[in-house]
Amino acid sequence: MGGQSYIRYLIAIFFPKCYYVVYNKIIDGVPKMTINVKKIDKYRWEVPKTGAMRVPGIIYATESMLRGSSQNEPLKQVANVATLPGILKASLAMPDMHWGYGFPIGGVAAFDWESGVISPGGVGYDINCGVRLAGTSLIEKDIRPKLKELVDALFRDIPSGVGSTGSINLSIPEVKKVLKNGSRWAVSQGLGDTSDLDFTEEGGCMENADPDVVSPRALERGKKQLGTLGSGNHFLEIGVVETIYEPEAARVFGLFEGQVTLMLHSGSRGLGYQICDDSLAFMSKHVKKLGFDLPDRQLACAMIQSKEGMKYYNAMACAANYAWANRQILMHRSRDVFLRVLGMGPRDLGMNLLYDVCHNIAKKETHLIDGKKQTVCVHRKGATRSFPPGHSALCSEYQQTGQPVIIPGDMGTASYVLVGTQKAMEETFGSTCHGAGRVLSRKAAKKASKGRSINRELEDKGIVIRWTGRSTLAEEMPDAYKDVSQVVEVVHGAGISKKVARLRPIGVVKG
Amino acid sequence: MKKTYRLIDHTADFGIHVFGSDSQALFANAALALFDVITEMDVLKSRDFCKITASGEDWSDLMINWLRELLYLWNGKELLVKSVQILSLSENKISAKIYFDPFRPDRHTIKTEIKAVTYHQIQVKSGPSGWEARVIFDI
Repeated sequence: MGGQSYIRYLIAIFFPKCYYVVYNKIIDGVPKMTINVKKIDKYRWEVPKTGAMRVPGIIYATESMLRGSSQNEPLKQVANVATLPGILKASLAMPDMHWGYGFPIGGVAAFDWESGVISPGGVGYDINCGVRLAGTSLIEKDIRPKLKELVDALFRDIPSGVGSTGSINLSIPEVKKVLKNGSRWAVSQGLGDTSDLDFTEEGGCMENADPDVVSPRALERGKKQLGTLGSGNHFLEIGVVETIYEPEAARVFGLFEGQVTLMLHSGSRGLGYQICDDSLAFMSKHVKKLGFDLPDRQLACAMIQSKEGMKYYNAMACAANYAWANRQILMHRSRDVFLRVLGMGPRDLGMNLLYDVCHNIAKKETHLIDGKKQTVCVHRKGATRSFPPGHSALCSEYQQTGQPVIIPGDMGTASYVLVGTQKAMEETFGSTCHGAGRVLSRKAAKKASKGRSINRELEDKGIVIRWTGRSTLAEEMPDAYKDVSQVVEVVHGAGISKKVARLRPIGVVKG
Repeated sequence: MKKTYRLIDHTADFGIHVFGSDSQALFANAALALFDVITEMDVLKSRDFCKITASGEDWSDLMINWLRELLYLWNGKELLVKSVQILSLSENKISAKIYFDPFRPDRHTIKTEIKAVTYHQIQVKSGPSGWEARVIFDI
């Protein structure tokens, strides 16, 4: 046993519950580094401030979640984010934390609006990737006989898969209108109700969007992809409310046991990717002029109060608006499919938007820092806003309950509806988790699925599934993800959001 | 296609480890590796060609920008690359002739959707046995 190992051994003996030492291996020639994690309480762990870190890291997780080599890299990323200028309080990570580019997925970081940075790596490639949930007036037995037909029709009518393009072909000036107006554009085209806007985070439109800073390439990619689901982990899911935990909040959200729901997960498609990529390209050059060393090139950033910082923020808002318009159209089209296949009128179907949340975004928000109101730029990368009752950003219907938080799980298990809390405002800049989080690489998932029929396994559970990509099903199989229930237990236990309902999938369309 | 690269497997995404006898071979092989991951290249016929250029601050930056340009041919223009001919290459600039087929869903298979080329752990280096590069893709 070497000297270092011996010290670790002693720490483990004397502080079995206080310290959890993670051993980082040499990965791809990157130097060996050990990240110490200190227990704060049952659900919170601190990465103490060391080296160039300006603030500590705080991870929401159980002890068992932090075990295992897959957590080494994201922990290092939490520490890296803590080195960025203007970061406030702590570099945070949610229990669905996993390895990302620059920032970990599941990461939350807020920067001072005047003296801090903004980073495309803190938002992710799929800007405003998000989830929307709609309730219906139906129960499972109303649709079970027509479930296969319904899923087939959704699969046929909602374009999905690699590079999918839709029936909406826009001119460049029209794309710019989408980028400027978001969901409002969709509603103005008759693809939704005005009331849907109240039930969309930010009203489905970030006002700072400036289409003139978006590259011709991004605009070009945006022309044909509106109203398409995309591929990878994006999906459309018919679910049934299985359990209600908070009856009052569920009542306000319009949820009841046995109810059929529709959830969809999609983002800003190729346009968002192009905007992120374009921004990384100019920021990686720009950041060198700022004179601070980045621990990772993918953390390229700019001061918010700079031409480059604002250029990204205003372009990012365009992609966010495109994503909201996209989900609005996807829901509208899905609703049409329900009406047609089930042969009923809108009143009988009763499909109403419960809420639309984004989980890849940077936003200007006001938070209390050391008892003082401060304007900050909150980066949520694989994290969901979790605003409490009474917050001015919420519509009047949800003022008493707090914001609905929608957490999709893997396609075989469950999804959750949570509600935002005051504690999230105090601890996590009003943020919580976003989903299950991958545990297996796509290759490992494919390997694990060898000799199994994922399709049949799901059908045995009563889940009808249709998919596009030839390896999508294996890559996205339930075993590839963390148990969403454990993730939700952490955020519920820590109090940064509260469980309202659990949904079980019965029909899934995967891109 | 002779394997001049191997795949790197990560939890969320994956990449390529490419080799070449010199810098030109490395950049050409990286382009082919990208499209070998995306599609079945054997069925491509080099129906058309175009010229692309990319610039960078160093070899790593150049590699990223080169692959970004190539990926845009697919993501932005739906073209599948069959082969490349490097016209000129320095540490800061590359220019090449690209042979491609326009994508036809009935003729071409898409194996993997590569959504972006990332800076994550990017490496381009040369040694006594030749050049090598590691690039991680977002998929």
